[in-house]
Amino acid sequence: MKVTIKVNGNQVAGEVADRTLLVHFLRDVANLTATNVGCDSTSCGACTVLMKGAGEAGGGKSVKSCTVLAAQADGCDVTTVEGLADESGEMHPVQAAFHAEHGLQCGFCTPGMVMASVSLLAENPSPTEEEVRTALEGNLCRCTGYHNIVRAVLAAAPAIERRSA
Amino acid sequence: MSILGTRVVRTEDPRLLTAGGTYVDDLRIPELADAARVTFVRSPMAHAKITGMDTDAARQAPGVLAVLTVQDMDDLVPPPPPEPGSEVSEGAPMPIGGVWSEPLLAVDRVRYVGEAVAMVITSDSYQGEDAAELVSVDYEPLPAVIGVAGALQTGTLLFDTTDSNVPVSSGDDADDAIFEGCDAVVERTIVNQRLAPMPMEGRAAAARFADGKLTYWASTQNAQISRFILAGALGMDPASIRVITPDVGGGFGAKVGIDREAILVAWAARKTGRALRWVETRSENLVGMTHGRAQEQTIKLGGTSDGRILAYRLDVVQDTGAYPRMSGFLPFLTKLMAVGPYDIPRVQTHSRVVVTNTTPISAYRGAGRPEATAAIERAIDLFATEIGVDPGEVRRKNLIPPDKFPYSTPTGATYDTGDYVTALNKALDAAGYDELRAEQRSRRERGDVLQLGIGLASYVEITAADAAAGETARLTVHGDGTATVYTGSSAHGQGHHTAWAMLVESELGIPMANVTVIHGDTDLIPEGIGTYGSRSLQLGGVAVHKAALDVKEQARRVAADMLEAAEADLELDAGSGTWQVRGDPGTGRSWADVATHAGTDGLVAYVQYAGGGATFPFGSHVAVVEIDTETGKVRLIRHVTVDDAGTVVNPVLAEGQRHGGIAQGVAQALLEEMIYDADGNPLTGTLADYAAITAAELPSFELVQSETPTDINPLGVKGIGEAGTIGATPAVQNAVVDAVSHLGVRHIDMPTTPVRVWSAIEEGVRERDKEQNGEAR
Repeated sequence: MKVTIKVNGNQVAGEVADRTLLVHFLRDVANLTATNVGCDSTSCGACTVLMKGAGEAGGGKSVKSCTVLAAQADGCDVTTVEGLADESGEMHPVQAAFHAEHGLQCGFCTPGMVMASVSLLAENPSPTEEEVRTALEGNLCRCTGYHNIVRAVLAAAPAIERRSA
Repeated sequence: MSILGTRVVRTEDPRLLTAGGTYVDDLRIPELADAARVTFVRSPMAHAKITGMDTDAARQAPGVLAVLTVQDMDDLVPPPPPEPGSEVSEGAPMPIGGVWSEPLLAVDRVRYVGEAVAMVITSDSYQGEDAAELVSVDYEPLPAVIGVAGALQTGTLLFDTTDSNVPVSSGDDADDAIFEGCDAVVERTIVNQRLAPMPMEGRAAAARFADGKLTYWASTQNAQISRFILAGALGMDPASIRVITPDVGGGFGAKVGIDREAILVAWAARKTGRALRWVETRSENLVGMTHGRAQEQTIKLGGTSDGRILAYRLDVVQDTGAYPRMSGFLPFLTKLMAVGPYDIPRVQTHSRVVVTNTTPISAYRGAGRPEATAAIERAIDLFATEIGVDPGEVRRKNLIPPDKFPYSTPTGATYDTGDYVTALNKALDAAGYDELRAEQRSRRERGDVLQLGIGLASYVEITAADAAAGETARLTVHGDGTATVYTGSSAHGQGHHTAWAMLVESELGIPMANVTVIHGDTDLIPEGIGTYGSRSLQLGGVAVHKAALDVKEQARRVAADMLEAAEADLELDAGSGTWQVRGDPGTGRSWADVATHAGTDGLVAYVQYAGGGATFPFGSHVAVVEIDTETGKVRLIRHVTVDDAGTVVNPVLAEGQRHGGIAQGVAQALLEEMIYDADGNPLTGTLADYAAITAAELPSFELVQSETPTDINPLGVKGIGEAGTIGATPAVQNAVVDAVSHLGVRHIDMPTTPVRVWSAIEEGVRERDKEQNGEAR
């Protein structure tokens, strides 16, 4: 079937098998390989991206793209970590905070973790540490012990507020 | 001021954060443009004879290019038979071989669920999963041997030509005479459970065979060792193999070298003439990648009533899974480190390795040392409770004092440097130990539902245990003043590129931004070992440091020639990276000037550094837990650690290593376990079942700094990669037991799940009431 998805602002169309998962559409059709597959039970969150229906307001909600069919995303807007930096290439405050706070090591969970964090801060602009920990429960990281990820999200919150002010 | 020791954020990050890493599955390169997918057919049986296999339906399925079985493996050189009388050293982490050999693909018998029996090659991975389902294998089930008791008691043998399931047994005979003179002796059998290493990226490999040359991409901790393994398995000249490690999504010891499936990908690429790629699913990873830990330990410890420990015995039974891939190496390390940081006069250790119908066991972050620490730290708490002395006091009384270094243990290790008592005191102070105990007393007196537990663990571990194998570094300064480092170490998240560039900047004054670090390509770096056992900085890093010193001396000669001055009068301003005649800034020459004058490849140093020996990092952890005594639910509310790994090159990286290790250590104490049923079916074979720890189950960690340099290497550094798992697990387990010790509980096996904690409380209270009633009568 033919699927068209607006990925990071660009229309991407492809002829795919009906069962094609969104994550594989992103990786193999859109050729954006930052979004990783870390499990097969919707447990790890490495594949987290933002998705919203055409015309919907906001940046979209976080979804685990291994559990969305490409067909379900037909006509939708999807944002991956490759689409977060601004036009000048400056990192999104969440990306910058992950860098500054050493919120990543091997990098495999990172794109999903960053997208989940962006989504969290859109819903709750000034979370407590406990709220961050609870919100990221669906995203596994094996390297950082989450310590610096949590610090990064807490540090990014005011930076986002400043940016949108 | 030197950049060393300062907080430098990673150079690796911007790429990983904006474009994502390039892991094996992400490689979009011409060599792999037409790569087909490999999918393995795996045994659903724990133990069975293979009586037939029908691949016809699979071969007819859409997209199938080939189905390969053991029958197709006629082009492989058989491994040489073991030499008569040769025995594998238990100190070498090598498969035992011989009658215990593990085939690349199961031949006529499967010995664990997940063992590969055939491979399907398809155009895409969806087709591969479909076609693998169509391979029909006839299995004749055999009884499954599960667990240590199963291996020792069963009449079922995994390997028919042997007479037991015990490939290795070694150590001291048990002799209770060592406990003579003890006022109190405690003894218990405890379990150090089986864990899944679970790097976020599972195993993956890609291979292309063209013009007699194999190019191979692998998610591994060791490119050069992988090349060595491939050359042996495929009967090829190592010079005709190029191994490349792209980004690697975590390893934790389970990606040392390459596994059988990864070897088969290379073999199949040669066999079919197709470029191939294999990326396992998480369900495959949880049964196909090696597991870790899996020891049953009997601990016995005795001492005086005022807390002086006199004797300790550790008896280990290592479940090695279906094939002894590491020989007796893990229990060897456990025995070596048995006494931990304590000065214990009389010690006995013994170990047996048993085979069972489960996934093979190999290294997992700590590899034998967390098991040693868990055993002695539990034994000390049991002893402290028995004699009614504070566990902190018992530890303080027995820690090796600072004036005894270097210290030779009764088990044969020589600890280089340390100040164990200070580490313990710092951790207790930072935790506010006395206040915590007071709070605990209050809660006990009030009979609160939420009880407080305080757990201690002091440890010493061994890093770079194979220092003699060394590590390589090649450093070149180019005509434009930039530098390139080729390192034999292998990065998979630790931050090697940042740390190595810091070492170069520190010595040469070439800014980090102008230093490129390259690892993991055997064409560029033919010699190297890679990363495991917390060896990178103290071997690979020191090699870079020495290469920088070498280049500096070369540059001094060149600069002297340029400036027509005596070499001795030349000085390098490491702040600006400028060479000048001492006291005459007007003579300044940049690295670009000097390198240009030296000509192409004029400034190159190659170092093969074999370290002076293993180093022994140490520390103390204090865990604070809250337990709901009505449900058995444990919550870790604080975790305070002192982890001293010598001089710290970059606190950001060192702390990151500690954080990650602590989380994995806590996970073992509280949550994680690979569980098999009695028939050998894995019950935790997906991430929906395996309780990988999340952010919601952890607090932020409280790290206390401590640096006691080693004199083993010029940087004064030890390894930090595994400290977290070694210290955290027993601290948290001890905290859990401590929280309910007033209810009569003395031990709870890991993971300390709510049902285990609740049951222990019930049993403890029952036993205590029985004792009290008995006394009353």
